[in-house]
Amino acid sequence: MKSTLKLAMRNLLRYQRRTLLTALLITLGVVALLLFVAAAGSFKQTMVGSITDSMLGHLQVHRKGYTASMDNLPLTMSLQPRAALLIEDALKADPAVAAYSKRVKLGAMFSNFTENSSIRLNGIDAAAEDAAVPALRQRISEGDKTGPLVEPGKVLVPALLAKGMKVKLGDQVVLVATNASGSVNGKTFTVGGILEGITGPGGRDGYIDIKDARELLRMDKEEVMEVAVRLKDIDQLAAAQKRLTSALDTIRNKEDKPATELHTWAQLSPFANIVKMIDMMTFFIRVMLVAIVLVSVMNVMLMAVYERIREIGTLAAIGTQPNKLMAIFLSEGLLLGLAGAAAGVALSYAVVAALNVWPVVFNFGREQITLHPSLATGEVLGVLGLAVLVSGLASLQPAWRAARMDPIQALRHV
Amino acid sequence: MALIQANNITKSYRMGEQEVPALKGLTFEIGEGAFAAFVGPSGSGKSTLLNLIGCLDHPSSGTLRVNGVDVSSLSRSAAATFRGENLGFVFQDFNLVPVLSAYENIEYPLLMVRGWSEAKRRERVNQMIAAVGMTEQAHKRPDQLSGGQKQRVAVARALVGQPKLVLADEPTANLDHDTAYKVLNLMKAMRDDFGTSFIFSTHDPKIMHEAEQTFTLEDGRLTAGATA
Repeated sequence: MKSTLKLAMRNLLRYQRRTLLTALLITLGVVALLLFVAAAGSFKQTMVGSITDSMLGHLQVHRKGYTASMDNLPLTMSLQPRAALLIEDALKADPAVAAYSKRVKLGAMFSNFTENSSIRLNGIDAAAEDAAVPALRQRISEGDKTGPLVEPGKVLVPALLAKGMKVKLGDQVVLVATNASGSVNGKTFTVGGILEGITGPGGRDGYIDIKDARELLRMDKEEVMEVAVRLKDIDQLAAAQKRLTSALDTIRNKEDKPATELHTWAQLSPFANIVKMIDMMTFFIRVMLVAIVLVSVMNVMLMAVYERIREIGTLAAIGTQPNKLMAIFLSEGLLLGLAGAAAGVALSYAVVAALNVWPVVFNFGREQITLHPSLATGEVLGVLGLAVLVSGLASLQPAWRAARMDPIQALRHV
Repeated sequence: MALIQANNITKSYRMGEQEVPALKGLTFEIGEGAFAAFVGPSGSGKSTLLNLIGCLDHPSSGTLRVNGVDVSSLSRSAAATFRGENLGFVFQDFNLVPVLSAYENIEYPLLMVRGWSEAKRRERVNQMIAAVGMTEQAHKRPDQLSGGQKQRVAVARALVGQPKLVLADEPTANLDHDTAYKVLNLMKAMRDDFGTSFIFSTHDPKIMHEAEQTFTLEDGRLTAGATA
């Protein structure tokens, strides 16, 4: 084994430039794949984190059918107090749930006394919302970031609306809403903070206290439109979803049908499709790496066999077994793939380390995403294994040719 | 018992539609410790015969026994094993592995074919290198050696596994006259020292006189097989 590898190494070094070029090609392929995976992973993590931690939560419970018409913020599709209590019981009983926040969602008219605009509002309990979406307060660009998220009589205004309507922190505004029975009600609020928008549904919503929301809507019962749930660990999402779905299934309406629906953040946010697209792109880059390694290693090994026909004949004549001849050429291809891929992995680690020292910042409109790429050991080993495996496959045919060669023909070759 | 017993062996090749006979029924015996030459013009069948004795090819008919084994129909792998254990080869173009040093070329059959231990290999290779007078050049690669030196290394490689028989197809064709004689004398000395039989082919009349036994081939037939 050792002597076969030594011979393979010597033969690779025989044509240094060709070996170097091929190894370099494999290195580039590995670097491209690993950097893409690292950067895409960081981007995914940042985006998912920002969506779940500052807006959606990990899971949401609504009355059955609410999400289908969510864009209209229907007031008639609320969870009744009894159902809301049963949901709370189910959430409290689940070991994976860290916190939850009940929300009253409504559409309203926003007036600065000279102009009107529309606004989507979330009525929240400040402490519960803070626990369910802890990163929401980081989006407060003007106002108190450390106190309660929102106090009664105050409103958190989305930044784009504040700019368009020229309202500042501390200004008086009027919110006017039509309630479920069609009557209109208005209430004066003080701008308690300006909120940076983020991508996704609800990313440009305003926030008021839940009691203010109910007062504005003249809600006499403690109805709820949405319960946002935060889990202790997002990795438990699938298991928690399964458990909660069966727990919530016991809450029935008058027709004895499930009265609630449970969705994960991925089902609620279009970003989940972007995540799928990124995964798909990673797959195609992987296919490209396979193609690069396959073609380059096969090309080199076919040439190596062709150039050494007489040598193969000699080795066969003096008694080298066909499987040993095959091993000599196979290990040559494997070594080439391993060297290229190992250099690629080393280079990838270096670039990732550099990107963490000098981070790259992407601006998406008003949002800033700083990449903190990292390489998972499993992924690195996977790519290394893939490159070596494909190198082996690419050398198989040339090595087989060498092993099957007729020694007489080979010795006669000029 | 004779080292080689050939009984009415023929070999023919198919070229397109035509069957071309290369050997037309050869019967001969070569004993142990021989220093024999097959001589004849090109195309007379010398190389074909050496390929059959060397188990690189099968006769079309007849029986051929080498060292007591019927080699007429050995499988590819069995033939490789037989060659590795019983035969040594010396080629016209030396055919050394260019990426290996002289020492490593000689070591190759013991390492890759026989699988000897390191200590055993070292002792044997050093003995062979000294026997062919190449100790000084042991670590040089083939491209740093002269033609005569290369053929000395090739002879050492052929003998290192202590085979019963070494086959040399036109071993001196690429060497000048003096060097050719030196290589032949070396081979003869090796035969005397190790008891290995040598069979070579040549069409050079000056060289063929060095053989102790000469077989003349013409058009695939033995026209003379005499003891010198």
